[in-house]
Amino acid sequence: MNMMSDAAVEKALDKKMNDVSYKMIGKDVSVYYGDKRALYDVNLNVRENTVTALIGPSGCGKSTFLRCLNRMNDTIESAKVTGRITLDEEDIYDPAIDVVELRARVGMVFQKPNPFPKSIYENIAYGPRIHGLARNKAEMDQVVEASLQRAGLWNEAKDRLHESGTGLSGGQQQRLCIARAIAVSPEVILMDEPCSALDPIATAKVEELIHELRTNYTIVIVTHSMQQAARVSQRTAMFHLGHLVEEDDTDKMFTNPNDQRTQDYIMGRFG
Amino acid sequence: MPSTHITSAYDEELKYLTRRISEMGGLAEQMCADAVRALVNADGALAQKVISDDAVLDHAEREIGEKAIITIAKRQPMAADLREIIGSLRIAADLERVGDLGKNTAKRVIAVQESGIPRNLARGIEHLSELALIQLKEVLDVYATRSVEKAEAIRQRDEEIDAMYTSLFRELLTYMMEDPRNITSCTHLLFCAKNIERIGDHATNIAETIYYMATGHQPEGERPKDDRSNTLSAILSDD
Repeated sequence: MNMMSDAAVEKALDKKMNDVSYKMIGKDVSVYYGDKRALYDVNLNVRENTVTALIGPSGCGKSTFLRCLNRMNDTIESAKVTGRITLDEEDIYDPAIDVVELRARVGMVFQKPNPFPKSIYENIAYGPRIHGLARNKAEMDQVVEASLQRAGLWNEAKDRLHESGTGLSGGQQQRLCIARAIAVSPEVILMDEPCSALDPIATAKVEELIHELRTNYTIVIVTHSMQQAARVSQRTAMFHLGHLVEEDDTDKMFTNPNDQRTQDYIMGRFG
Repeated sequence: MPSTHITSAYDEELKYLTRRISEMGGLAEQMCADAVRALVNADGALAQKVISDDAVLDHAEREIGEKAIITIAKRQPMAADLREIIGSLRIAADLERVGDLGKNTAKRVIAVQESGIPRNLARGIEHLSELALIQLKEVLDVYATRSVEKAEAIRQRDEEIDAMYTSLFRELLTYMMEDPRNITSCTHLLFCAKNIERIGDHATNIAETIYYMATGHQPEGERPKDDRSNTLSAILSDD
C-alpha cells in the first residue's frame, strides 16, 4: 500500500516537473574570490513567473549566487565563476553576450535604496533612454508613469516628479529603485534584501509589490527574514557554507523541510 | 528536542507548554479513574471531587491557549516549533474534553447510587475504563518521548475499546429488556460507557497529533473502528 502511494506521489511530481518552465538554469555553479571558494557546484533552477527566495546564514553564498545571475560578480576583479548559467537557454557567460543588455533583462534591486542624485523622473527615464526604449518625450512620460504605477509610487510621486529622488522616504526610495528596475522591461528581477533598511509599513508595501510583479516577472529574492521568505515566495532555496542544501516549495520548506540544517536555521536553533 | 534555540527564553516557553500538557494529562487521567471508581463503589464524595477538579483542568487549557498565542506572536515559530505549539493547543483541547467526560460520568454517580449496579455490569464498565485509561496513560508517555512508532500503535488499538463498548451496550440492552425497572440506571450506565469509549477516541486523537508533531505528516489511512453499537438492533433481533 505504501509503495502504491509512493508511485502515485512520484507520478504527480513528474507531472508537476513537466509543467514547470525554467527561466534561468544554474548548473554546477562555483564562485571563487581569489583563492577563497564561495560557492560549490550549485545546481539551482529559477522558475518562470515565480518568486524564488534564497535563504541561509550570512556568508552562505546566497548573495553570491544571486549576483551570478546578472554577472554582477564581473565587477569584482578577483571573482571567478565556473559552471553554466542560462537565461532562456542562452549561456549568460558566453563572451558574445552584451552584459549591459543582460542586466537590462535581469534587473537588480539592492539592500539599500540607491536612487541616482537626480529627479524622480530622471531616475526612471535613465534606463529606457540608454536602451532606446522611448522615441519621444510623450513615450518617455508614458514609461515613467507606468513604471511608477506598477511600483505603487505614482500617487505619492506624481506631483513631485522633478524633485530629487533622494528626498523621498526610505520606503519610497526603495520603490523608486524597483520602478527604475521595471522601467527597462526586465524579464527577471533580482532583489538583495530589499527590505532590510525599511520599516514594517514600507516592507509590507514592497512585499505587496513583489506579489503583484510576479504575474509579469520572474523574481529571485535574498532575504534574512524567514517570515518574509515564507510570505512572498513560492520556492525557497537554502544555502549553507557555499552549498545549496535544498530547494523546495516554500510551504514545505517552512513547515517540514527535509534537511536538518534547514530545520535548525529556520527555527533559530544551533546546528 | 534535537538542539536548543539561540534564544533560551524560547526554549523555556516551549518547555512550559510541554510541562502544562503533562500536568493536564495526569489530572485528566486521575479524574477519569476516580469517576469510574465513584460509579462502581457508589462514592458520592469522590464523584464530587471529580466535578470540582474539572474547573482546574479547564483553567489549565485556557492558560496553555494564552501562552501558545503569545509565543506564536512573539517568536513566529517555524516548522517543528510551529507544529509543537499547534499540537499543544490540540492536545490541551482533547484533554479538556476527557475531563468533561470524567465529570459527566461523576455526575451520574448520584443517579445510579440508589438502585446500585449489578456486579457483572460494574465489572464490564471497569474493564472498559481500564482499557481507555491505559490508552490515555500510554499516549501521555508517548507525548513525553515523541515515539512515532508507539503513537501509531496506540492509534491501532482503539479498536479493542470499541469492541468492548459494543459488547457492554448489548449487555445493558438485555438488562433493560429483562426488567423495565432497570431502564433508568442502565441508561445512565450506557452514557457512562459512551463517555469512557470517547476517552479512548480522544487518546487516539492525541496519538495522531503527536505523530503529526513529530513527522509533519498526517498518519496514513482511516483509523480502525469496531464500534458497531449503531447497528446493534439488527444484531439483537438476530438472536
